[in-house]
Amino acid sequence: MWDSSRPRRPRATITHGTTVVAIRFRDGVVMAGDRRATSGNLISHRAIEKVFPADRHSGVAIAGAAGPAMDMVKLFQLQLEHYEKVEASALSLDGKANQLSTMVRNHLPAAMQGLVVVPLFAGYDVARGAGRLFQYDVTGGRYEESNFSSTGSGSLHASTVIKLGFREGLSREEALDLAINALFTAADEDSATGGPDVVRGIYPTMATITSDGFERVTEAEVAERFGALIESLGQREAQGRGRVAETASDHGGLRS
Amino acid sequence: MTMPFYVAPEQVMKDRADYARKGIARGRALAAAVYDSGIVICAENPSQTLRKISEIYDRIAFAGVGKYNEFDQLRIAGVRAADLKGYAYSREDVDARSLANQYASILGQIFTHEMKPMEVEILVAEVGATRDDDRLFHILYDGTVMDEDHFTVLGGEAEAISARLEEAWNDSLDLSGALKAAVGALAGPDRALTAAELEAAVLERTDARRAFRRLELDERTALLA
Repeated sequence: MWDSSRPRRPRATITHGTTVVAIRFRDGVVMAGDRRATSGNLISHRAIEKVFPADRHSGVAIAGAAGPAMDMVKLFQLQLEHYEKVEASALSLDGKANQLSTMVRNHLPAAMQGLVVVPLFAGYDVARGAGRLFQYDVTGGRYEESNFSSTGSGSLHASTVIKLGFREGLSREEALDLAINALFTAADEDSATGGPDVVRGIYPTMATITSDGFERVTEAEVAERFGALIESLGQREAQGRGRVAETASDHGGLRS
Repeated sequence: MTMPFYVAPEQVMKDRADYARKGIARGRALAAAVYDSGIVICAENPSQTLRKISEIYDRIAFAGVGKYNEFDQLRIAGVRAADLKGYAYSREDVDARSLANQYASILGQIFTHEMKPMEVEILVAEVGATRDDDRLFHILYDGTVMDEDHFTVLGGEAEAISARLEEAWNDSLDLSGALKAAVGALAGPDRALTAAELEAAVLERTDARRAFRRLELDERTALLA
């Protein structure tokens, strides 16, 4: 007999994407995402991309089932470009956000089967002259956030870090460092989020979207900023009083 | 019962061709020329919003002369066909030759089967990785396709303009030179065209994905100076 207490899982293992963040800063928006994809408890890909340009002035980042998410991005990019060519002008940022909302809603039946896709959309609103960002839920609900947003399994940790570090009028460098700090913390706490891979030289994908358009941050710059963070964390660790053996409880405190 | 008059098929075709040619000749001409790092397309067009030249795909541009609503329909059909093909297969599988063939078959079909032929002439241009891969397909109202080498002229007085462009064009022209040659040929000896009366765009041989770029008024003025 079928055991109703057993959780139902999809039979095939599905590759999932993980932590992505978007932060508004002085000149626009910073988007960043880690590079790890997992199938169950295994790492299925170490260098997957989760942050994509949607068009010249907007970007989309994905979390959830990788296959359908990538397909959604591809179709979304196509629709924006198609509209731009046919109408001879680009959609408004709200129009683009709404279009993505429809696509997420249409995906709902698949999401109910376990193939959840939750994107993050951010862009530079040419009409308003400011960066804007939107988050979604599986039903296609579209929620504009004023300062920052995060989605994926590590988003709880990432958004706490950003919440503490955010202030109005961040510079590009400050916003990038805040995003790096958030991703590092998310990777530190969440097994499905990948941290910087110093051995293979794989670092999170980062991009800025300003009035000049979507621009990827070079891998060298991301590596350098991660290096600076790791160094400062390392110094702080060295000043500590030594590590508590986390499995031992009998001496219930510091090592002597 | 009345019998329709017999009209020889040769006469039907000739009448339709004359009708289409007259419609096209009423509009103003358009020229395209290859230059050292791309293709420039240029048309006489006082409107800054109703375009004759536009982007179809990453490396492909479209231009039309004649009846605006008719070539605009063709333009949108081309964008749709290219986007669908690129989505279903790969971006690199979208090419001008196949698009030109599709246009030719649509125009040919309409010319023989509809009451009225389309009063248009269109250009499908593609910039390649090297100069030898550049393509200019000139398609007529009846579906005739011509594969041109260095330049092409569409619309009324095409022959006279073509002869002038033949003289002005050479294979070492840069963008400014090619644009000047095309504008000079369009204007003819008796008048001059200003940057404001023109519409122009280029397909640039760059590493960027989208090669199409409009030349706005400032840039046209600078290039023609």
